[in-house]
Order: sequence, then C-alpha cells, then structure tokens
Amino acid sequence: MSSRAEGEIIHFDNVGLRYEHDREVLSDLSFTLFPGSFYFLTGASGAGKTTLLRLIYLAQRPSRGVIRMFGKDAITMPRSGLPALRRRIGVVFQDFRLVPHLSAFDNVALPLRVAGFSERDIAGPVHDILEWVGLADRKESRPATLSGGEQQRIAIARAVIGRPDVLVADEPTGNVDPDMALKLMRLFELLNRQGTTIVVATHDVHLLRKVPDALIMRLDRGRMSDPTGALRYPPRRPS
Amino acid sequence: MKARANRRRGIARGRRLFAGAEAELVPQARLSGPMPWVIAIMVALTAIALAAGLALGNTVTAASAEIAGGVTVQLVEPRPDVRQREAARALDALRVVPGVASMRLVPQQELDALVSPWLGTGIDSTQGIGVPVPALIDVRLTHAATRERIAQVRRALRGVAPSARVDAQAEWLKPVFDAIVSLQWLAIALVALLAAALAAAVLLAARSALGANRDTIEIVHLLGGTDSQIARVFQRSMAVDAAGGGLVGLALAMVVILSLGRRFAGLGAGMVSSGALVWSDWLLLALVPLLAAGLAMLTARLTVMHALRKML
Repeated sequence: MSSRAEGEIIHFDNVGLRYEHDREVLSDLSFTLFPGSFYFLTGASGAGKTTLLRLIYLAQRPSRGVIRMFGKDAITMPRSGLPALRRRIGVVFQDFRLVPHLSAFDNVALPLRVAGFSERDIAGPVHDILEWVGLADRKESRPATLSGGEQQRIAIARAVIGRPDVLVADEPTGNVDPDMALKLMRLFELLNRQGTTIVVATHDVHLLRKVPDALIMRLDRGRMSDPTGALRYPPRRPS
Repeated sequence: MKARANRRRGIARGRRLFAGAEAELVPQARLSGPMPWVIAIMVALTAIALAAGLALGNTVTAASAEIAGGVTVQLVEPRPDVRQREAARALDALRVVPGVASMRLVPQQELDALVSPWLGTGIDSTQGIGVPVPALIDVRLTHAATRERIAQVRRALRGVAPSARVDAQAEWLKPVFDAIVSLQWLAIALVALLAAALAAAVLLAARSALGANRDTIEIVHLLGGTDSQIARVFQRSMAVDAAGGGLVGLALAMVVILSLGRRFAGLGAGMVSSGALVWSDWLLLALVPLLAAGLAMLTARLTVMHALRKML
C-alpha cells in the first residue's frame, strides 16, 4: 500500500489562494499526489485543510500557481472540461451535503445518473454499496430521517460508487464513534488497495495511527510543512 | 410504510422515464408555484390579442379584395331625363373600355332605399319634383383601380356623360383600412409585449429556483454534472408548467373568442362578418401554448446557463 506508482495524479505548483484583497489563506503549495497512495492532510482547525481540499476537488480556482490533474492543466482548462475531471474524484464532504429531497438510494445513485448510466445499470451497484455500508434497509429514507453516522455512510457510498481515481474525505470520522471510524478507515484502505488514491483531511492525530503506511501532509496557517510525506506519525526513526 | 415507499419509487421511476435521469435533481414544487397560472393568463391574453389581429387582417384582406377593382360612377345631372340618358350612354361606353369586368346600374329602388334613412320614403327622384339623387353605376375592373385606370374610365365617359364623377371605392375606404391596419399593429405589439412579459416572468422564476436550489446544483456540479444537465432540469420543469398553464390559457381564450365572435356575427355587418377566423387562424391560435412553452423553455435554459457560467 502507498507505494508510489509511476506518474502523478494531482500536482500543485506554487499555488496560492486569497479572497478579494485579503491575505492569502493558502500560500506556496507545491506537492504531487501519486496514484494508489494514501494521504492524510493534517493541521489545526483553520489551517486551510478544507480550502485545500476544495482546490483538489475543483470547487474553487486558486489565485495563482498551477494545478495539474490527471495530466491536464485544471486552471486554464475551459469550464466544459471540468465535469470529466470531477467525475474521477469522489468527495466525502465534512457536512455530507446529501441532497435533501432525494432518498438514500437516489443520493448514492446521483454520480452514476450524472455520468449517464441507465437505471438498469445503476440499481445493482447502488444496492450492493448500500449493503456494504449497512444501510440497505434505509434506502428509501430521506437524509433528514437518518442519523449523523448514517448520513456519513451514505455520503461515503455516494463518493465511491463511481469508482473514482481519487477519494477526498474531509474529516470523515468527525461525526462517528470510534468503532465506525475504524470501519471507515478499513473501507478507505480497501479502496486504496484497489488503486484509488485517498486523501483524508483530519485533525485527529489518533486516526493517523490507524493507517501506518499513509503519507502525511501537514498544513500550518495555509502553508504545507511536509509536502513529501516524510514526516509520519509516529515519526520514522533514522536508520 | 413500505407500500408508500414503493409507490413513491414507482412514481419517481415513471417521472425519470418521462423526463430523463436528471428529473429529480431539483424538486418540482420549488419551480412551480404560481408560474402555471401566470403562463395561463399570458397565453389567454396573447391568444385573444392574436385572434383580434387575425380577424382585423381578414377584414382588411376580404374588403380590399372586394373593392380593389371597384369603381363608382356617379351621374350628378339634376334633370332626371338627361340623367337617365347619360346613364344609358355611360353603360354603352364602359362596355368597350379595356379592363372593365362588369358593371351594374344601381336600380332606382335601391337608391331610394339608400337615402330613405335621411330623406324618408316616397321620393321619386326620376320626376322633376323629386329630390335629384345621382344615378350610380357600380363598375368592377379586372385589376386594382389605379389612377391610370380611373383616368381611362373618365376619358371614356367625358363625351357621353359630362356629369359623371368617377371614384375608386378603395380610395374613400382608405382611412378605414388605415385605422384597421393600425389596430392590427397594436394587436401584434400586444402579442410581442406579452411574449416579453412571459419571458421576464420565467426569468424571475428560474432565478428564484436557482437560488432555492443552489446547494443541490453545487453538489451536482461537484459530482461531475454539466451545465446542460442542470439546465435541462429547469427547462423540463418549466415546460411542464408552461404546457399546463398554456392549455388552461388557451381554453380561456377560446371561450372569449367564440363568445365575442358570436356577438360580432350577430351584428350582420358585411365588413365585420368578413373578419371571421378561418381554419389556419385557429391552427395558429392552437400553436400559442406550444410557442409559449418553447419560449419559456428557451428563457429558462438561457437564464440557468448564464447563471451557471458564473459558478466554477
């Protein structure tokens, strides 16, 4: 796991982001994410983790720098090219962001419908993944009737249903008990073993121990302090 | 509970089959509200204005065709016997004028009937003591009564009927036609204004729906949804509203048009009855809801696409 394959999947070069004329919230970010790797993005609250993830899943453009995704320049690319890139990225939002008027089934099916799959091709995989996250019996429930943990599992199912190349998760264990947190980490590891690049933002240092081979990127006041992932938790002792 | 859920799924599947996979991205109710009724009113007013325009157009066309080649020859000789002789000579002269299709000396009884509302009955204008009502010859030319053709008729009558006054019928009805054509333009302007008002109403509704569903739209974007997919949702929703509202509006308009048509037909006036709608007019009126739906969909699409372009 986490062995760096050839090539790059996401590359940031000297990226900065500021809102209006305010100071930069992210500065001088230069790093590369490789296929099949597992990354933890850590940092204190307000360090810019969520903002960095928004740049990664193309919810925002930076103020400066270059972002290459899957070998394409995501900054100069026309808007019409972005949906194809976004379909290769699964996102678990911190606040889940489930569509409130859709059932659990329809929320999970959404990426496949957006990608143009037929209803016949959608039903099977959605049932399977709902079974996998233990919510097959709640498939008709609307998000408002689900608990926080159940909503999170639906959000994760929605993020992985399309077999993305990259899975981005923003504080995915923030609303679940330790058992569920462990289960989620096992799920991410499983996806990672299947070749998906995983990026998990968390400020929970205990979570880092659960995936010992993961690479760690640390954000401090908008700057990347460990872009290479050399600093791990626990720190690797020099041989 | 389970049965209700299954029923909901069934309805949802049906709607997806009808409207495509994106149908449920935005809840229908958010877009609807008063829109179908606004569209119904717009369509009803548009159809009534269009029907009025078409009826006026028919009136002008029918009347123009009827009197385009019409020429009235008045023989204003006060002496009845001379007038009658001039009339007979004028008829003979007109027969050989090129381009004259037919002619008719208006019978004395008809002339007396024409003036009877003003002068009363019992006037014998053919007698010396009677009121000298001019003799009238109604001439039909094969082509429109142009100045050249009128001059030709005058030349033919100059020698045989010196008291003859020749007028093109279209000439004295021109102010009436001009007024009708103005009303027709007014009807067209009303149709255009109503179309603009409909587009504005749809624009506001689409913007409001976009605002209400902003979060959902952003999620769909982030899941890889395209602008066209999102716009289609709003287009379809608007099409449903416009189709329903349009049919109601057309039904309302039909009631008004048929009712007014019956009342105008009751007047029995020639020019009014010539303005009756023909089948092609009814077909055009039936197209109004379709055109309204098309306009609503186009406006919704352009509005949504424009708004989405501002998002990443």
